Amino acid sequence: MLTLECPYCSIQADETELHAGGEAHLKRETVGSLDNDFEDYLFMRENPKGVHFERWRHVAGCGKWFHAARCTMTLEVFGTYSAQTLAPPKDLREKISTKRPGWTWRAFS
Amino acid sequence: MKRYSVFAIAREAMRQHAGWPRAWASPTPKAKYDVVIVGAGGHGLATAYYLGKNFGITNVAVIEKGWLGGGNTGRNTTIIRSNYLQDPSAAIYEKSRSLYETMSQDLNYNVMFSPRGVIMLAQTHHEVRGYQRTAHANALQGVKTEFISPARVKQLVPIMNIDGPRYPVLGGLWQARGGTARHDAVAWGYARACSDMGMDIIQQCEVTNVLTDGGKVTGVETSKGKILCDKLGGVVAGHSSALAEMAGFQLPMESVALQALVSEPIKPCMDVVVMANTVHGYMSQSDKGEMVIGGGTDGYNNYTQRGSFHHIEETVRALIETFPMISRLKMLRQWGGIVDVTGDRSPILTKTPVEGMFMNCGWGTGGFKAIPGSGWAMAELMANGHSPLTEEFSMNRFRAGKFIDESVAAGVAH
Ligand SMILES: Cc1cc2nc3c(=O)[nH]c(=O)nc-3n(C[C@H](O)[C@H](O)[C@H](O)COP(=O)(O)OP(=O)(O)OC[C@H]3O[C@@H](n4cnc5c(N)ncnc54)[C@H](O)[C@@H]3O)c2cc1C
Ligand SMILES: [Zn+2]
Repeated sequence: MLTLECPYCSIQADETELHAGGEAHLKRETVGSLDNDFEDYLFMRENPKGVHFERWRHVAGCGKWFHAARCTMTLEVFGTYSAQTLAPPKDLREKISTKRPGWTWRAFS
Repeated sequence: MKRYSVFAIAREAMRQHAGWPRAWASPTPKAKYDVVIVGAGGHGLATAYYLGKNFGITNVAVIEKGWLGGGNTGRNTTIIRSNYLQDPSAAIYEKSRSLYETMSQDLNYNVMFSPRGVIMLAQTHHEVRGYQRTAHANALQGVKTEFISPARVKQLVPIMNIDGPRYPVLGGLWQARGGTARHDAVAWGYARACSDMGMDIIQQCEVTNVLTDGGKVTGVETSKGKILCDKLGGVVAGHSSALAEMAGFQLPMESVALQALVSEPIKPCMDVVVMANTVHGYMSQSDKGEMVIGGGTDGYNNYTQRGSFHHIEETVRALIETFPMISRLKMLRQWGGIVDVTGDRSPILTKTPVEGMFMNCGWGTGGFKAIPGSGWAMAELMANGHSPLTEEFSMNRFRAGKFIDESVAAGVAH
């Protein structure tokens, strides 16, 4: 079973306590956006075999949303971080680089 | 190709079965083909087969990184039905179901198609209305289905508890000519027929890059070297995003694990397929006697072909209320496959931004039933540049907002 640490409660939460919320750091489009941008925002998805960033919610705990960095090929969890950010924190990105040299995900690396 | 027949079996029985030829060849790849298909699952092999059969294109290679039929084609619960809601879905799934009716004869290979009938249970009033609507839509589409009463459900499936406390059975959508088939045999039958037409099925050969020149496809890089082609078909299910990335475009798709399990074998007790979408479970009985059970997908992206155990627990818990007798059964084995789920839960059969490259993917949790129809349509798309069956399934539909929304009709995985 997948276990993620909720960055707010600082407890190891089992997958059954959590809700998966899909791709992280999406840029929300709104009135006046182009069709292409809406398509990207609503449907186009990063779907890497490897390093991935996602949103999760601690539904059966504090109820808050947070971010997680995982490997979809091994199910290894690199870390979790707050929802109040537009990019993965630097120390987490460095940690991933030591484990998966050369990784990229959208504009991040 | 030596034809399989009752006489062939008798002949071989007399000589210790020493005369059976290999079902398909394992050639080394040529430098160039007219068409290269990536992925020797059911959909890739069927595409190759109909390219040869319907369009006379036989200079074809099917390239597979593992063994043929080892992906989702060999991992599914083999439900075949065509009772979808939207017209484009009904067209391609019913084409497919009808091709299953004659597949064994067409391929000279017993795929054990068993049109035993499929019931989709209505266990909420919302589902009753939904399935009545589907039955009406199917009538207009020429797909034979009917909405049946709880008493009829009980008659078809005596082991079912129709007045469960939480989710009583209020009726069902019944497709009498739906059913199951032997999944491996479908892949093997197509492979044998393709090989017989002179096509090369190249196993244990991974495509690692897509080669292009001025926006046009020229071939692929593989673990067995470069293979050139005029046209390329990507038919790799859960790995479609990865293949698209090699070609420089993105798909509206995520790859997640879907699991299934079988029980220990028991005496025949249920001769139809039952799906219970509200509680996320479905069940049929295999010819060996095992109860074949499937449920929902995991919620997160995954390429490991392993799912989370609690989904198995949820599925079984849900089914026990409706089928109390299975509560004492032991689970024999459980497995997972990586399914490719699109934004509107319908497949993508499409030209791509790379000229000469086509994709057939997004069948997600329910593409076994679609194998022959999808291969038929994809072959037409690749040979002619368009097909009436694939028109609405283009990858551009998401930008245009022309979804084929089957997430209601196919609320559970099968
Ligand atoms: C547990 C489970 C239950 C299911 N139940 C049903 C059901 O009851 N009814 C139903 O209709 N559908 C069902 N499905 C869905 C069905 O199995 C799939 O939609 C269908 O089999 C997809 O076939 P395919 O040929 O597209 O993919 P696959 O059979 O997965 O074939 C794709 C092939 O591409 C190969 N490949 C990938 N990348 C590369 C590469 N880079 N180079 C070379 N080869 C590559 C893979 O190794 C694989 O063999 C189920 C699926 C699962 C997992
Ligand atoms: Zn929490």
